[in-house]
Amino acid sequence: MPHDHHDHDHPHALLPPEPALRVRALETLLSRKGLVDPAALDEIIDTYQNRIGPKNGARVVARAWSDPVFRKALQDDATAVVADLGFFGRQGEHIVAVENTPTRHNMVVCTLCSCYPWPLLGIPPGWYKSDAYRSRAVREPRKVLAEFGVSLPAETSVRVWDSTAEVRYLVIPMRPDGTEGMDEDALADLVTRDSMIGTGLAREPGQ
Amino acid sequence: MSRVHDMGGRFGDGPVSPDPQGIPQLGENWQQRALALTLATGALGQWNIDMSRRAREGLAPADYARFTYFEKWIAGLADLLVETGVLSRDDLRGDGGDSPHALADRVLKAADVAGVLARGGPADRPGGPVPVFVPGQAVRTRHPADSRLVEGGHTRLPGYAAGALGYVLRCHGTHVLPDSNAHGLGEAPEPLYAVRFKATELWAQTEHPGDEVILDLWQSYLEPA
Repeated sequence: MPHDHHDHDHPHALLPPEPALRVRALETLLSRKGLVDPAALDEIIDTYQNRIGPKNGARVVARAWSDPVFRKALQDDATAVVADLGFFGRQGEHIVAVENTPTRHNMVVCTLCSCYPWPLLGIPPGWYKSDAYRSRAVREPRKVLAEFGVSLPAETSVRVWDSTAEVRYLVIPMRPDGTEGMDEDALADLVTRDSMIGTGLAREPGQ
Repeated sequence: MSRVHDMGGRFGDGPVSPDPQGIPQLGENWQQRALALTLATGALGQWNIDMSRRAREGLAPADYARFTYFEKWIAGLADLLVETGVLSRDDLRGDGGDSPHALADRVLKAADVAGVLARGGPADRPGGPVPVFVPGQAVRTRHPADSRLVEGGHTRLPGYAAGALGYVLRCHGTHVLPDSNAHGLGEAPEPLYAVRFKATELWAQTEHPGDEVILDLWQSYLEPA
């Protein structure tokens, strides 16, 4: 990417402009000084590319659908409840669960940056970090939902949660019809990542 | 700083492009390394998350607008490393020395990654000022949205919600105030509230009269309405 170096006040302008060279230069510099361990970088990448993802949140949702006591506890103090399942830590220090109903649909955005519940959903998808989502989700959530193939009935109002603090919101989508008798593992398979951000609905069985 | 990052409500950004479900893949190697470098250097303990956000928002507006996501991260990180004195401008130029750094004993090791990520950085600070607003109470956000603490400084009140009438939904407890913490002025914890705003209060045109936006706002952002 061309860079005109017009900005000499910001130290980053001293690094090579091309992103891959820029990152490599910084990693090399920090490694030589003993400030980063490349093996630790590999470990972080493996964690967020292969281990922590929306299956965690789906377990929470499936249990909330199955267990009324758990669901009540989740409404009262989601941070403690999801920690008991092993989901806590960076970008998930304070969790609030918000439940969709026939009259209310919840949807989460971070207009100022890209805050997202990492321990429950993993790292955010590209669209969540995009200017288009950040700018439009608060002003025209229904048009944004339509771009995800979701259309809500007139009796459903939309609540958009703009994550301006360290509280991270998990949407509990509505349990689909025709799922009576399904166990938690089968239910969790119906819970998509986007349904827990509020830009999707849970899948129907066989869908 | 500019408020180029404060884009809620902005027009003209075009459609959102959904991705496949599951774990998002970061794509190129440099994007993965940018994420990992940011997290690993954070563990050196020389800055806090509010300073990280301030560094990205503090990019020149033209850079913020044209940099892709992880380009913002790596540029913000480079700026923060120099600001905090961890690296020098000569280091970034490639003219610095190679001797081990004074902070090298704090380097994040692979074996400690899981523990550091699990620990995270809780922002609640039990104690502190008592909440003055109660659920259901009408409040008005400050106007303009700009930081009252530092001219042009970091704040978490989006421009679209400045001067708006809302209703307290709940109190989250007492949390670190980013406006202060982002500038190294201390954590200055305050009660934090989820505040409900009618879409009709925020926007000239709305899609549905029942729609609402909820924001998490600190006590000093609010006054009784």
